[in-house]
Amino acid sequence: MSFDVPSDLYYLESHEWYDPDTGRVGISDFAQDELGDVVFVELPDEGDDLEQDDQFGIVESIKAVSDLYSPVSGEVSDTNTDLEDAPELVNDEPFGDGWMLEVDGVDESDLDDLLTAEEYRDQIE
Amino acid sequence: MSLRTPPLRDVHDAAGATFTDFGGWEMPVEFDSIREEHTAVREDAGVFDVSHMGQIEVSGPDAEQLMQRLTTNDVSALDPGDAHYSSIVTAEGSLLDDTVVYDRPDRDGFLFVPNAGHDEQMADRWTAHRDDWGLDATVENRTTAYGMVAVQGPNAPDLVADASAGAVLDLSMFETTRTEVAGVSCLVSRSGYTGEDGFELVYDNEHAETVWNAFDCQPCGLGARDTLRMEAGLLLSGQDFNAESNPRTPYEAGIGWTVKLDTEFVGRDALERAKEEGVEEKFRGVVLRERGVPRHGYDVTDGDGRVIGELTSGTMSPTLDEPIGLGYVSTDFEPGDRVGVVIRGDEKKAELRTPRFLD
Repeated sequence: MSFDVPSDLYYLESHEWYDPDTGRVGISDFAQDELGDVVFVELPDEGDDLEQDDQFGIVESIKAVSDLYSPVSGEVSDTNTDLEDAPELVNDEPFGDGWMLEVDGVDESDLDDLLTAEEYRDQIE
Repeated sequence: MSLRTPPLRDVHDAAGATFTDFGGWEMPVEFDSIREEHTAVREDAGVFDVSHMGQIEVSGPDAEQLMQRLTTNDVSALDPGDAHYSSIVTAEGSLLDDTVVYDRPDRDGFLFVPNAGHDEQMADRWTAHRDDWGLDATVENRTTAYGMVAVQGPNAPDLVADASAGAVLDLSMFETTRTEVAGVSCLVSRSGYTGEDGFELVYDNEHAETVWNAFDCQPCGLGARDTLRMEAGLLLSGQDFNAESNPRTPYEAGIGWTVKLDTEFVGRDALERAKEEGVEEKFRGVVLRERGVPRHGYDVTDGDGRVIGELTSGTMSPTLDEPIGLGYVSTDFEPGDRVGVVIRGDEKKAELRTPRFLD
């Protein structure tokens, strides 16, 4: 099976993505497929400070509970409240309406610690 | 230890299934999505490969006596073609397993179906007690010789009837017959583990693919089987009770009706005492009234921080779209009471229910 890995995003080995253009964070197509039907997402509050690689939330599918890790350090400027009523958006559009957070104040140097799309593709294939 | 593989392993793989280790068997957990498979069974029909379930045949002059003395239900009440749900308990009355006992319709003797990974333990238990008691009975572990599928859902009876040479729609719950399905001789029982109408079929493994392909409906994995059985409030052996890590009597587990104290069986005296003394905790359901998903191991509280029980299973119910859990809760609390479930340190509001969540 081939998975969507947008080339303009950066990735953590634990399958979260970060979009430097929008500041958004979510989980990858591969991750949502591995999890199966997502039924619950627990996210931090706006204004919370995140540290790169630290746990920031929980995603639960029918069969599993998984921790979410932050690809970057910064402040949570927005969260996707649509996921409260429609967590399945994570399955349907992991890189679109299934986004989870927006992070402000990210240091560009954080990107050096992330996987490029090519590196991430190698990891999941 | 390498996993035991069901005969349909490659067929499932070709259908895109993902697999899991279940009771030492490499079984399909999901074909399309748990939600899709679950919904198919509630609204239409689904077919499950349940070849990981144990298959033990007991025959010979003393077969009935051996079955009677090692299971808690009244085997003597069964006529050929009948089956019933039963318990297997320790001398102390703790559940070792739950099982279905079939009084075979096609020849003398019984077939019983222990849970995945328990077949060798149960076959050993049966032969050891047979020898101790000097009974004349043959115990054969046929787990790897037989396959089993379950066809479940409101449209399952018609699907099975269409594929069967004999009449199956007249079978009552747990009634069993032998007939050909897609040309394969099968033991067909009106039973299942989903809370829906349906059938379970046992056949020689060499015909597994023919039987599997006989049903044009949603293939389902163990993921959907688990969510379906939770909504129906049905116990999962090893998870909702475990003789070592979570010993429970049938009374605590809510299946006291499988215990017939007027029969003689291993554990009878302990269960008689347990019944007289009453239970302090009982198998209950909970529905969360706040966001979250209940899971195995989470504490149940009185809603004010005091722990009154623990969950053994939980999920987001695909049918009800509500977070549901099952577990053991103090009998000081009744279905309908407001309780709490502790999720990652937070006490979430919940309601105590009977284990069956379906209408």
